[in-house]
Amino acid sequence: MPAPPPSRRRAILRRKALPYLLLAPALVTFGVFKAYPIVSSLLLSLTTGSGANTRNAGLANYRKLLDDPLFWTALGNTARILVVQVPLMLALALGLSVALHAALVRFRTVWRLGIFMPSVTGLVATGVVFAFLLDTDRGAVNSLLEAIGLSGVDWLGDGFWARMAVVLVLTWHYTGYNAVIYLAGLQGIPKELYEAAMVDGAGPLRRFFSITLPALRPVLLFTVVLSTIGTLQLFDEPYVLTRGGPDNATLTVSMYLYDNGFRYFDFGYASAIAYALTLIVSVLGAVQMRLMGERE
Amino acid sequence: MTLTTRATRVAPPTTGTTAGKGLRARLRGWPTTLILAAVTGLSVAPFYWLVISATHSDADIFSWPPKLLPGSHLGENLSHLDAKIGIGRVLLNSLLVSGVQTIGALVVALLAGYAFAKFRFRGRTTLFVVLLSTLVVPDQVLLVPLFKMMMSFGLMDSYQALILPGLCVPFAIFLMRQALAGMPDELLDAARVDGAGELRVLFGVVVPVMRPVLAALGIFLFLGSWNSFVWPLIALRSPDMHTLPVALATLHGMKSNTDYGLILAGTALSTLPMMALFLALQRQFISGLLAGATKG
Repeated sequence: MPAPPPSRRRAILRRKALPYLLLAPALVTFGVFKAYPIVSSLLLSLTTGSGANTRNAGLANYRKLLDDPLFWTALGNTARILVVQVPLMLALALGLSVALHAALVRFRTVWRLGIFMPSVTGLVATGVVFAFLLDTDRGAVNSLLEAIGLSGVDWLGDGFWARMAVVLVLTWHYTGYNAVIYLAGLQGIPKELYEAAMVDGAGPLRRFFSITLPALRPVLLFTVVLSTIGTLQLFDEPYVLTRGGPDNATLTVSMYLYDNGFRYFDFGYASAIAYALTLIVSVLGAVQMRLMGERE
Repeated sequence: MTLTTRATRVAPPTTGTTAGKGLRARLRGWPTTLILAAVTGLSVAPFYWLVISATHSDADIFSWPPKLLPGSHLGENLSHLDAKIGIGRVLLNSLLVSGVQTIGALVVALLAGYAFAKFRFRGRTTLFVVLLSTLVVPDQVLLVPLFKMMMSFGLMDSYQALILPGLCVPFAIFLMRQALAGMPDELLDAARVDGAGELRVLFGVVVPVMRPVLAALGIFLFLGSWNSFVWPLIALRSPDMHTLPVALATLHGMKSNTDYGLILAGTALSTLPMMALFLALQRQFISGLLAGATKG
Protein backbone atom coordinates (compact mmCIF):
# COMPACT_ATOMS: atom_id res chain seq x y z
CA MET A 1 0.00 0.00 0.00
CA PRO A 2 1.55 3.32 -1.00
CA ALA A 3 -0.08 5.25 1.81
CA PRO A 4 1.68 8.62 2.11
CA PRO A 5 3.33 8.42 5.55
CA PRO A 6 4.16 12.13 6.13
CA SER A 7 0.62 13.31 5.78
CA ARG A 8 -0.60 10.47 7.94
CA ARG A 9 1.87 11.35 10.61
CA ARG A 10 0.73 14.93 10.41
CA ALA A 11 -2.84 13.77 10.68
CA ILE A 12 -2.05 11.80 13.82
CA LEU A 13 -0.22 14.75 15.31
CA ARG A 14 -3.14 16.99 14.47
CA ARG A 15 -5.51 14.56 16.11
CA LYS A 16 -3.37 14.53 19.23
CA ALA A 17 -3.18 18.31 19.40
CA LEU A 18 -6.79 18.84 18.48
CA PRO A 19 -8.42 18.36 21.92
CA TYR A 20 -5.97 20.82 23.46
CA LEU A 21 -6.72 23.33 20.73
CA LEU A 22 -10.42 22.92 21.38
CA LEU A 23 -9.84 23.40 25.09
CA ALA A 24 -7.52 26.37 24.71
CA PRO A 25 -10.17 29.13 24.93
CA ALA A 26 -11.71 27.52 27.99
CA LEU A 27 -8.38 26.93 29.72
CA VAL A 28 -7.08 30.44 29.09
CA THR A 29 -10.26 32.18 30.28
CA PHE A 30 -10.57 29.76 33.18
CA GLY A 31 -6.98 30.29 34.26
CA VAL A 32 -7.09 34.07 34.07
CA PHE A 33 -10.61 34.80 35.30
CA LYS A 34 -11.36 31.90 37.68
CA ALA A 35 -8.33 29.95 38.90
CA TYR A 36 -6.02 32.94 39.34
CA PRO A 37 -8.58 35.06 41.23
CA ILE A 38 -9.45 32.16 43.52
CA VAL A 39 -5.81 31.71 44.55
CA SER A 40 -5.12 35.44 44.56
CA SER A 41 -8.06 36.05 46.87
CA LEU A 42 -6.74 33.54 49.37
CA LEU A 43 -3.32 35.23 49.37
CA LEU A 44 -4.92 38.66 49.63
CA SER A 45 -6.85 37.56 52.68
CA LEU A 46 -3.49 37.20 54.42
CA THR A 47 -2.50 40.82 53.78
CA THR A 48 -3.55 44.14 55.17
CA GLY A 49 -3.50 47.77 54.07
CA SER A 50 -4.49 49.13 50.69
CA GLY A 51 -2.85 50.17 47.45
CA ALA A 52 0.94 50.32 47.67
CA ASN A 53 0.94 49.92 51.45
CA THR A 54 -0.06 46.27 51.41
CA ARG A 55 1.82 44.02 53.79
CA ASN A 56 1.59 40.53 55.16
CA ALA A 57 -0.75 40.11 58.05
CA GLY A 58 -0.91 36.37 58.57
CA LEU A 59 -4.27 35.43 59.97
CA ALA A 60 -4.99 38.89 61.38
CA ASN A 61 -7.92 39.46 59.02
CA TYR A 62 -9.54 36.23 60.13
CA ARG A 63 -9.00 37.06 63.80
CA LYS A 64 -10.53 40.49 63.18
CA LEU A 65 -13.47 38.77 61.54
CA LEU A 66 -14.18 36.72 64.66
CA ASP A 67 -14.30 39.88 66.79
CA ASP A 68 -16.21 42.02 64.31
CA PRO A 69 -19.75 42.63 65.58
CA LEU A 70 -20.88 43.90 62.19
CA PHE A 71 -19.76 40.68 60.49
CA TRP A 72 -21.78 38.68 63.01
CA THR A 73 -24.76 40.94 62.44
CA ALA A 74 -24.48 40.35 58.70
CA LEU A 75 -24.13 36.60 59.20
CA GLY A 76 -27.04 36.57 61.64
CA ASN A 77 -29.26 38.49 59.21
CA THR A 78 -28.34 36.17 56.37
CA ALA A 79 -29.04 33.13 58.57
CA ARG A 80 -32.40 34.46 59.73
CA ILE A 81 -33.49 35.17 56.18
CA LEU A 82 -32.25 31.72 55.15
CA VAL A 83 -34.10 29.68 57.76
CA VAL A 84 -37.40 31.39 57.06
CA GLN A 85 -37.18 31.81 53.32
CA VAL A 86 -35.82 28.50 52.02
CA PRO A 87 -38.28 26.15 53.79
CA LEU A 88 -41.21 28.49 53.09
CA MET A 89 -40.39 28.77 49.42
CA LEU A 90 -39.65 25.09 48.87
CA ALA A 91 -42.82 23.98 50.66
CA LEU A 92 -44.85 26.39 48.54
CA ALA A 93 -43.08 25.21 45.39
CA LEU A 94 -43.74 21.58 46.26
CA GLY A 95 -47.43 22.25 46.86
CA LEU A 96 -47.68 24.17 43.59
CA SER A 97 -45.95 21.48 41.60
CA VAL A 98 -48.26 18.80 42.97
CA ALA A 99 -51.23 21.00 42.10
CA LEU A 100 -49.87 21.63 38.61
CA HIS A 101 -49.32 17.93 38.15
CA ALA A 102 -52.83 16.92 39.24
CA ALA A 103 -54.59 15.17 36.38
CA LEU A 104 -57.74 17.26 36.47
CA VAL A 105 -56.26 20.73 36.43
CA ARG A 106 -57.34 22.93 33.56
CA PHE A 107 -55.26 25.46 31.59
CA ARG A 108 -52.12 23.93 33.05
CA THR A 109 -49.76 25.71 30.62
CA VAL A 110 -51.09 29.15 31.54
CA TRP A 111 -50.47 28.59 35.25
CA ARG A 112 -47.08 27.07 34.66
CA LEU A 113 -45.95 30.05 32.58
CA GLY A 114 -47.40 32.60 34.99
CA ILE A 115 -45.80 31.01 38.02
CA PHE A 116 -42.45 30.66 36.29
CA MET A 117 -42.42 34.22 34.97
CA PRO A 118 -40.93 35.99 38.01
CA SER A 119 -37.73 33.96 37.76
CA VAL A 120 -37.02 35.63 34.43
CA THR A 121 -37.01 39.12 35.98
CA GLY A 122 -33.79 40.67 37.10
CA LEU A 123 -33.26 41.00 40.83
CA VAL A 124 -32.65 44.72 40.59
CA ALA A 125 -35.89 45.26 38.68
CA THR A 126 -37.66 43.05 41.23
CA GLY A 127 -36.18 45.09 44.06
CA VAL A 128 -37.31 48.37 42.53
CA VAL A 129 -40.87 47.15 41.95
CA PHE A 130 -41.20 45.84 45.49
CA ALA A 131 -39.65 48.97 46.98
CA PHE A 132 -42.65 50.79 45.50
CA LEU A 133 -45.22 48.16 46.39
CA LEU A 134 -43.97 47.94 49.98
CA ASP A 135 -43.71 51.70 50.55
CA THR A 136 -44.98 52.26 54.09
CA ASP A 137 -47.18 55.29 53.49
CA ARG A 138 -48.39 54.89 49.95
CA GLY A 139 -47.45 51.39 48.76
CA ALA A 140 -50.10 49.14 47.27
CA VAL A 141 -49.45 46.33 49.78
CA ASN A 142 -50.18 48.49 52.82
CA SER A 143 -53.14 50.12 51.08
CA LEU A 144 -54.49 46.65 50.45
CA LEU A 145 -53.90 45.57 54.07
CA GLU A 146 -55.73 48.65 55.30
CA ALA A 147 -58.54 48.15 52.82
CA ILE A 148 -59.25 44.74 54.33
CA GLY A 149 -59.13 46.13 57.85
CA LEU A 150 -55.59 45.22 58.87
CA SER A 151 -52.99 47.76 59.80
CA GLY A 152 -50.16 48.54 57.43
CA VAL A 153 -46.64 47.42 58.18
CA ASP A 154 -43.48 49.53 58.21
CA TRP A 155 -41.91 47.17 55.67
CA LEU A 156 -38.66 48.91 54.94
CA GLY A 157 -38.30 50.94 58.13
CA ASP A 158 -38.50 48.25 60.79
CA GLY A 159 -35.70 45.71 61.12
CA PHE A 160 -37.87 42.62 61.43
CA TRP A 161 -40.24 43.63 58.64
CA ALA A 162 -37.38 44.67 56.37
CA ARG A 163 -36.05 41.12 56.63
CA MET A 164 -39.55 39.83 55.95
CA ALA A 165 -39.67 42.08 52.89
CA VAL A 166 -36.49 40.42 51.62
CA VAL A 167 -38.05 37.01 52.33
CA LEU A 168 -41.18 38.03 50.46
CA VAL A 169 -39.26 39.26 47.43
CA LEU A 170 -37.05 36.16 47.29
CA THR A 171 -40.07 33.91 47.61
CA TRP A 172 -41.94 35.75 44.87
CA HIS A 173 -38.91 35.55 42.64
CA TYR A 174 -37.87 31.91 43.01
CA THR A 175 -40.90 29.83 44.02
CA GLY A 176 -42.05 29.24 40.46
CA TYR A 177 -38.61 28.19 39.32
CA ASN A 178 -38.46 25.55 42.03
CA ALA A 179 -42.02 24.45 41.32
CA VAL A 180 -41.13 23.82 37.69
CA ILE A 181 -38.07 21.81 38.76
CA TYR A 182 -40.30 19.69 41.01
CA LEU A 183 -42.83 19.34 38.22
CA ALA A 184 -40.13 17.89 35.97
CA GLY A 185 -39.31 15.47 38.79
CA LEU A 186 -42.96 14.51 39.30
CA GLN A 187 -43.33 13.73 35.63
CA GLY A 188 -40.55 11.19 35.95
CA ILE A 189 -42.40 9.11 38.57
CA PRO A 190 -44.02 6.04 36.98
CA LYS A 191 -47.81 6.20 37.21
CA GLU A 192 -47.94 2.47 37.97
CA LEU A 193 -46.55 3.19 41.44
CA TYR A 194 -49.56 5.34 42.26
CA GLU A 195 -51.98 2.86 40.71
CA ALA A 196 -50.51 0.03 42.77
CA ALA A 197 -50.71 2.14 45.94
CA MET A 198 -54.33 2.98 45.24
CA VAL A 199 -55.14 -0.69 44.79
CA ASP A 200 -53.56 -1.25 48.19
CA GLY A 201 -55.89 1.40 49.60
CA ALA A 202 -53.35 4.18 50.21
CA GLY A 203 -54.95 7.62 50.48
CA PRO A 204 -53.60 10.79 48.87
CA LEU A 205 -51.50 11.78 51.90
CA ARG A 206 -50.03 8.32 52.20
CA ARG A 207 -49.22 8.30 48.48
CA PHE A 208 -47.57 11.71 48.80
CA PHE A 209 -45.34 10.68 51.68
CA SER A 210 -44.56 7.14 50.52
CA ILE A 211 -44.15 7.66 46.78
CA THR A 212 -43.87 11.31 45.78
CA LEU A 213 -41.47 12.58 48.43
CA PRO A 214 -38.97 9.69 48.21
CA ALA A 215 -38.97 9.84 44.42
CA LEU A 216 -38.31 13.56 44.51
CA ARG A 217 -35.44 13.30 46.97
CA PRO A 218 -32.63 14.01 44.47
CA VAL A 219 -34.50 17.01 43.09
CA LEU A 220 -35.32 18.22 46.59
CA LEU A 221 -31.69 17.94 47.57
CA PHE A 222 -30.70 19.93 44.51
CA THR A 223 -33.11 22.76 45.29
CA VAL A 224 -32.26 22.84 49.01
CA VAL A 225 -28.53 23.09 48.32
CA LEU A 226 -28.97 25.59 45.49
CA SER A 227 -31.35 27.85 47.43
CA THR A 228 -29.12 27.75 50.49
CA ILE A 229 -26.06 28.71 48.49
CA GLY A 230 -28.00 31.43 46.70
CA THR A 231 -29.35 32.92 49.92
CA LEU A 232 -25.95 32.87 51.60
CA GLN A 233 -24.69 35.02 48.73
CA LEU A 234 -27.65 37.39 48.92
CA PHE A 235 -26.82 40.87 47.64
CA ASP A 236 -28.98 42.43 44.93
CA GLU A 237 -32.36 42.50 46.67
CA PRO A 238 -31.35 44.05 49.99
CA TYR A 239 -29.00 46.42 48.15
CA VAL A 240 -31.89 47.79 46.12
CA LEU A 241 -34.67 47.44 48.72
CA THR A 242 -33.03 48.68 51.88
CA ARG A 243 -29.31 49.30 51.29
CA GLY A 244 -28.77 47.01 54.26
CA GLY A 245 -30.90 49.10 56.58
CA PRO A 246 -32.64 49.99 58.74
CA ASP A 247 -29.77 50.01 61.23
CA ASN A 248 -28.02 47.11 59.45
CA ALA A 249 -31.01 44.80 59.89
CA THR A 250 -30.73 43.56 56.30
CA LEU A 251 -26.97 43.83 55.93
CA THR A 252 -25.86 40.52 54.42
CA VAL A 253 -22.43 38.90 54.32
CA SER A 254 -22.06 39.75 50.63
CA MET A 255 -23.00 43.37 51.22
CA TYR A 256 -20.50 43.62 54.06
CA LEU A 257 -17.86 42.14 51.77
CA TYR A 258 -18.75 44.72 49.11
CA ASP A 259 -18.56 47.58 51.61
CA ASN A 260 -15.14 46.55 52.86
CA GLY A 261 -13.72 45.89 49.42
CA PHE A 262 -15.20 48.66 47.34
CA ARG A 263 -16.12 51.43 49.73
CA TYR A 264 -13.24 51.17 52.23
CA PHE A 265 -10.89 49.43 49.76
CA ASP A 266 -9.67 47.01 52.40
CA PHE A 267 -9.00 44.20 49.95
CA GLY A 268 -7.42 41.91 52.52
CA TYR A 269 -10.40 42.04 54.85
CA ALA A 270 -12.88 41.71 51.98
CA SER A 271 -11.04 38.61 50.79
CA ALA A 272 -11.12 37.13 54.27
CA ILE A 273 -14.89 37.64 54.31
CA ALA A 274 -15.10 35.99 50.89
CA TYR A 275 -13.23 32.95 52.15
CA ALA A 276 -15.28 32.79 55.33
CA LEU A 277 -18.36 32.77 53.09
CA THR A 278 -16.84 30.00 50.96
CA LEU A 279 -16.23 27.95 54.08
CA ILE A 280 -19.80 28.43 55.31
CA VAL A 281 -21.24 27.60 51.88
CA SER A 282 -19.18 24.41 51.55
CA VAL A 283 -19.86 23.20 55.08
CA LEU A 284 -23.61 23.80 54.83
CA GLY A 285 -23.72 22.24 51.37
CA ALA A 286 -21.84 19.17 52.54
CA VAL A 287 -24.03 18.78 55.63
CA GLN A 288 -27.19 18.98 53.55
CA MET A 289 -25.89 16.46 51.04
CA ARG A 290 -25.04 14.08 53.85
CA LEU A 291 -28.33 14.47 55.65
CA MET A 292 -30.50 14.18 52.59
CA GLY A 293 -28.43 12.10 50.23
CA GLU A 294 -27.45 9.15 52.33
CA ARG A 295 -30.78 7.96 53.58
CA GLU A 296 -31.14 5.56 50.66
CA MET B 1 -36.78 19.57 27.41
CA THR B 2 -40.06 17.85 26.71
CA LEU B 3 -41.78 19.45 29.63
CA THR B 4 -44.73 20.82 27.68
CA THR B 5 -45.38 17.71 25.67
CA ARG B 6 -45.15 15.54 28.72
CA ALA B 7 -47.40 17.85 30.68
CA THR B 8 -50.09 17.78 28.04
CA ARG B 9 -49.82 14.04 27.72
CA VAL B 10 -50.83 13.67 31.35
CA ALA B 11 -53.54 16.27 31.03
CA PRO B 12 -56.59 14.61 29.46
CA PRO B 13 -58.78 13.07 32.15
CA THR B 14 -59.78 9.42 31.96
CA THR B 15 -61.85 8.75 28.89
CA GLY B 16 -63.12 5.30 29.70
CA THR B 17 -65.43 6.40 32.50
CA THR B 18 -69.13 7.05 32.23
CA ALA B 19 -70.40 10.53 31.46
CA GLY B 20 -71.65 11.17 35.00
CA LYS B 21 -68.42 10.17 36.63
CA GLY B 22 -66.48 12.23 34.08
CA LEU B 23 -68.51 15.31 34.94
CA ARG B 24 -67.96 14.86 38.65
CA ALA B 25 -64.27 14.29 37.98
CA ARG B 26 -64.16 17.49 35.96
CA LEU B 27 -65.72 19.44 38.80
CA ARG B 28 -63.21 17.91 41.18
CA GLY B 29 -60.35 19.57 39.30
CA TRP B 30 -61.68 23.08 39.81
CA PRO B 31 -60.54 23.87 43.37
CA THR B 32 -56.95 23.10 42.40
CA THR B 33 -57.35 25.12 39.24
CA LEU B 34 -58.63 28.10 41.24
CA ILE B 35 -55.72 27.92 43.67
CA LEU B 36 -53.30 27.86 40.76
CA ALA B 37 -55.09 30.79 39.17
CA ALA B 38 -54.77 32.78 42.40
CA VAL B 39 -51.05 32.01 42.70
CA THR B 40 -50.55 32.93 39.06
CA GLY B 41 -52.32 36.20 39.80
CA LEU B 42 -49.91 36.93 42.66
CA SER B 43 -46.98 36.05 40.43
CA VAL B 44 -48.03 38.27 37.58
CA ALA B 45 -49.59 41.17 39.52
CA PRO B 46 -46.31 43.02 40.23
CA PHE B 47 -45.48 42.97 36.50
CA TYR B 48 -48.90 44.21 35.62
CA TRP B 49 -48.62 46.98 38.19
CA LEU B 50 -45.18 47.87 36.84
CA VAL B 51 -46.25 48.13 33.23
CA ILE B 52 -49.40 50.09 34.05
CA SER B 53 -47.57 52.41 36.45
CA ALA B 54 -44.91 53.15 33.84
CA THR B 55 -47.64 54.89 31.85
CA HIS B 56 -48.92 57.09 34.70
CA SER B 57 -47.96 60.32 36.39
CA ASP B 58 -46.32 60.27 39.83
CA ALA B 59 -49.57 61.13 41.54
CA ASP B 60 -51.39 58.19 39.99
CA ILE B 61 -48.66 55.67 40.67
CA PHE B 62 -49.48 55.71 44.37
CA SER B 63 -53.22 56.15 44.04
CA TRP B 64 -55.61 53.77 45.76
CA PRO B 65 -57.35 51.83 44.33
CA PRO B 66 -54.45 51.27 41.96
CA LYS B 67 -54.88 52.21 38.33
CA LEU B 68 -55.67 49.11 36.33
CA LEU B 69 -55.60 50.62 32.83
CA PRO B 70 -52.73 52.31 30.99
CA GLY B 71 -52.43 56.07 31.37
CA SER B 72 -51.11 58.72 29.05
CA HIS B 73 -47.76 59.55 30.64
CA LEU B 74 -45.57 56.87 29.06
CA GLY B 75 -43.94 59.24 26.57
CA GLU B 76 -43.27 61.82 29.27
CA ASN B 77 -41.81 59.19 31.65
CA LEU B 78 -39.58 57.83 28.91
CA SER B 79 -38.28 61.24 27.91
CA HIS B 80 -37.51 62.08 31.54
CA LEU B 81 -35.77 58.74 31.83
CA ASP B 82 -33.75 59.44 28.73
CA ALA B 83 -32.78 62.88 29.98
CA LYS B 84 -31.57 61.36 33.23
CA ILE B 85 -29.63 58.27 32.13
CA GLY B 86 -29.59 58.23 28.32
CA ILE B 87 -31.68 55.09 28.13
CA GLY B 88 -30.74 54.38 24.50
CA ARG B 89 -27.08 54.11 25.37
CA VAL B 90 -27.80 52.03 28.47
CA LEU B 91 -29.97 49.60 26.51
CA LEU B 92 -27.27 49.34 23.87
CA ASN B 93 -24.63 48.63 26.55
CA SER B 94 -26.77 45.86 28.01
CA LEU B 95 -27.51 44.33 24.61
CA LEU B 96 -23.92 44.49 23.49
CA VAL B 97 -22.42 43.08 26.67
CA SER B 98 -25.02 40.31 27.04
CA GLY B 99 -24.91 39.41 23.35
CA VAL B 100 -21.14 39.20 23.03
CA GLN B 101 -20.75 37.46 26.37
CA THR B 102 -23.39 34.87 25.50
CA ILE B 103 -21.93 34.05 22.11
CA GLY B 104 -18.42 33.94 23.53
CA ALA B 105 -19.39 31.68 26.42
CA LEU B 106 -21.32 29.39 24.06
CA VAL B 107 -18.32 28.98 21.76
CA VAL B 108 -15.97 28.35 24.68
CA ALA B 109 -18.36 25.79 26.18
CA LEU B 110 -19.07 24.08 22.87
CA LEU B 111 -15.39 23.62 22.01
CA ALA B 112 -14.44 22.49 25.50
CA GLY B 113 -17.48 20.24 25.85
CA TYR B 114 -16.69 18.65 22.50
CA ALA B 115 -13.09 18.00 23.56
CA PHE B 116 -14.16 16.47 26.89
CA ALA B 117 -16.93 14.35 25.39
CA LYS B 118 -15.37 13.05 22.19
CA PHE B 119 -11.59 12.89 22.64
CA ARG B 120 -9.28 10.94 24.89
CA PHE B 121 -6.24 12.90 25.92
CA ARG B 122 -3.84 13.25 28.80
CA GLY B 123 -5.22 15.20 31.72
CA ARG B 124 -8.82 14.95 30.59
CA THR B 125 -10.30 13.87 33.90
CA THR B 126 -8.10 16.12 36.00
CA LEU B 127 -8.92 19.21 33.95
CA PHE B 128 -12.61 18.44 34.05
CA VAL B 129 -12.61 17.91 37.81
CA VAL B 130 -10.64 21.12 38.43
CA LEU B 131 -13.04 23.05 36.20
CA LEU B 132 -16.09 21.68 37.99
CA SER B 133 -14.68 22.08 41.47
CA THR B 134 -14.85 25.86 41.07
CA LEU B 135 -18.63 25.58 41.01
CA VAL B 136 -18.62 25.48 44.81
CA VAL B 137 -16.68 28.74 45.08
CA PRO B 138 -19.04 31.70 45.49
CA ASP B 139 -18.61 34.46 42.92
CA GLN B 140 -17.84 36.91 45.71
CA VAL B 141 -14.37 35.37 46.03
CA LEU B 142 -13.58 36.61 42.53
CA LEU B 143 -14.65 40.23 43.00
CA VAL B 144 -11.57 41.76 44.60
CA PRO B 145 -8.97 39.99 42.41
CA LEU B 146 -10.96 40.74 39.27
CA PHE B 147 -11.18 44.38 40.30
CA LYS B 148 -7.41 44.57 40.87
CA MET B 149 -6.78 42.74 37.61
CA MET B 150 -8.96 45.07 35.57
CA MET B 151 -7.31 48.06 37.22
CA SER B 152 -3.86 46.87 36.23
CA PHE B 153 -5.00 46.01 32.69
CA GLY B 154 -6.47 49.51 32.46
CA LEU B 155 -9.81 47.94 31.64
CA MET B 156 -11.97 49.47 34.36
CA ASP B 157 -15.12 51.01 33.00
CA SER B 158 -14.92 49.09 29.71
CA TYR B 159 -16.99 46.48 27.93
CA GLN B 160 -14.08 44.07 28.18
CA ALA B 161 -14.16 44.25 31.98
CA LEU B 162 -17.77 43.09 31.91
CA ILE B 163 -17.48 40.52 29.14
CA LEU B 164 -14.19 38.72 29.76
CA PRO B 165 -14.86 37.18 33.21
CA GLY B 166 -18.10 35.68 31.91
CA LEU B 167 -16.58 33.74 29.02
CA CYS B 168 -15.62 30.66 31.00
CA VAL B 169 -18.76 29.21 32.58
CA PRO B 170 -17.85 25.80 34.06
CA PHE B 171 -21.52 24.86 34.31
CA ALA B 172 -22.01 25.51 30.59
CA ILE B 173 -19.00 23.37 29.74
CA PHE B 174 -20.35 20.60 31.97
CA LEU B 175 -23.72 20.79 30.26
CA MET B 176 -22.25 20.74 26.76
CA ARG B 177 -20.12 17.75 27.67
CA GLN B 178 -23.16 15.88 28.97
CA ALA B 179 -25.18 16.68 25.89
CA LEU B 180 -22.38 15.78 23.48
CA ALA B 181 -21.62 12.54 25.30
CA GLY B 182 -25.10 11.42 24.33
CA MET B 183 -24.45 12.05 20.65
CA PRO B 184 -23.54 8.87 18.72
CA ASP B 185 -19.90 8.73 17.55
CA GLU B 186 -21.03 7.07 14.31
CA LEU B 187 -22.44 10.40 13.13
CA LEU B 188 -19.07 12.06 13.57
CA ASP B 189 -17.12 9.16 12.07
CA ALA B 190 -19.38 9.06 9.02
CA ALA B 191 -18.56 12.70 8.33
CA ARG B 192 -14.85 12.06 8.89
CA VAL B 193 -14.88 9.11 6.49
CA ASP B 194 -16.45 11.42 3.93
CA GLY B 195 -13.31 13.54 4.29
CA ALA B 196 -14.66 16.33 6.45
CA GLY B 197 -12.07 18.15 8.54
CA GLU B 198 -12.62 18.50 12.28
CA LEU B 199 -14.01 22.02 11.93
CA ARG B 200 -16.44 20.79 9.29
CA VAL B 201 -17.48 17.95 11.61
CA LEU B 202 -17.99 20.38 14.46
CA PHE B 203 -19.95 23.04 12.61
CA GLY B 204 -21.57 20.82 9.98
CA VAL B 205 -22.64 17.88 12.16
CA VAL B 206 -22.32 18.66 15.87
CA VAL B 207 -23.73 22.19 15.93
CA PRO B 208 -26.90 21.38 13.95
CA VAL B 209 -27.66 18.38 16.16
CA MET B 210 -26.94 20.38 19.31
CA ARG B 211 -29.01 23.37 18.28
CA PRO B 212 -31.75 22.90 20.91
CA VAL B 213 -29.17 22.53 23.68
CA LEU B 214 -27.22 25.55 22.42
CA ALA B 215 -30.42 27.59 22.24
CA ALA B 216 -31.48 26.71 25.77
CA LEU B 217 -28.00 27.29 27.16
CA GLY B 218 -27.72 30.53 25.19
CA ILE B 219 -30.92 31.87 26.70
CA PHE B 220 -29.79 30.86 30.17
CA LEU B 221 -26.47 32.67 29.69
CA PHE B 222 -28.09 35.74 28.13
CA LEU B 223 -30.58 36.03 30.95
CA GLY B 224 -27.84 35.77 33.56
CA SER B 225 -25.75 38.38 31.81
CA TRP B 226 -28.69 40.74 31.22
CA ASN B 227 -29.59 40.68 34.90
CA SER B 228 -26.12 40.59 36.45
CA PHE B 229 -25.46 43.37 38.89
CA VAL B 230 -22.65 43.12 41.44
CA TRP B 231 -19.70 42.86 39.08
CA PRO B 232 -20.94 45.58 36.68
CA LEU B 233 -21.60 47.77 39.72
CA ILE B 234 -17.96 47.37 40.71
CA ALA B 235 -16.38 47.51 37.26
CA LEU B 236 -18.26 50.51 35.89
CA ARG B 237 -17.66 54.16 36.72
CA SER B 238 -19.15 56.45 34.12
CA PRO B 239 -22.92 56.57 33.56
CA ASP B 240 -22.19 56.19 29.84
CA MET B 241 -21.05 52.63 30.39
CA HIS B 242 -23.85 51.57 32.76
CA THR B 243 -25.88 48.50 31.98
CA LEU B 244 -29.59 48.43 32.78
CA PRO B 245 -29.45 46.96 36.30
CA VAL B 246 -26.69 49.37 37.36
CA ALA B 247 -28.53 52.35 35.88
CA LEU B 248 -31.75 51.30 37.59
CA ALA B 249 -30.13 50.83 40.97
CA THR B 250 -28.45 54.22 40.62
CA LEU B 251 -31.70 55.94 39.69
CA HIS B 252 -33.54 54.26 42.49
CA GLY B 253 -30.82 55.05 44.99
CA MET B 254 -30.78 58.81 44.37
CA LYS B 255 -32.48 60.23 47.41
CA SER B 256 -33.25 63.45 45.55
CA ASN B 257 -34.97 61.63 42.74
CA THR B 258 -38.69 61.82 43.30
CA ASP B 259 -39.72 61.30 39.69
CA TYR B 260 -41.14 57.82 40.14
CA GLY B 261 -42.59 57.52 36.67
CA LEU B 262 -39.17 57.49 35.07
CA ILE B 263 -37.82 54.86 37.44
CA LEU B 264 -40.73 52.56 36.69
CA ALA B 265 -40.48 53.23 32.97
CA GLY B 266 -36.82 52.17 33.14
CA THR B 267 -37.67 49.09 35.20
CA ALA B 268 -40.35 48.12 32.70
CA LEU B 269 -37.88 48.57 29.85
CA SER B 270 -35.39 46.24 31.53
CA THR B 271 -38.05 43.60 32.18
CA LEU B 272 -40.29 43.62 29.12
CA PRO B 273 -37.77 42.39 26.53
CA MET B 274 -37.09 39.33 28.71
CA MET B 275 -40.80 38.75 29.24
CA ALA B 276 -41.43 38.89 25.51
CA LEU B 277 -38.51 36.54 24.85
CA PHE B 278 -39.76 34.23 27.57
CA LEU B 279 -43.26 34.02 26.14
CA ALA B 280 -41.91 33.45 22.63
CA LEU B 281 -39.29 30.88 23.61
CA GLN B 282 -40.72 29.51 26.84
CA ARG B 283 -39.69 25.92 26.18
CA GLN B 284 -36.05 26.83 25.62
CA PHE B 285 -36.15 29.18 28.61
CA ILE B 286 -37.46 26.52 30.92
CA SER B 287 -35.18 23.79 29.67
CA GLY B 288 -32.23 26.17 29.95
CA LEU B 289 -33.01 26.94 33.57
CA LEU B 290 -33.89 23.33 34.33
CA ALA B 291 -30.77 21.88 32.76
CA GLY B 292 -28.89 21.82 36.02
CA ALA B 293 -31.73 20.23 37.92
CA THR B 294 -32.53 17.31 35.70
CA LYS B 295 -29.10 16.41 34.41
CA GLY B 296 -27.27 16.74 37.71
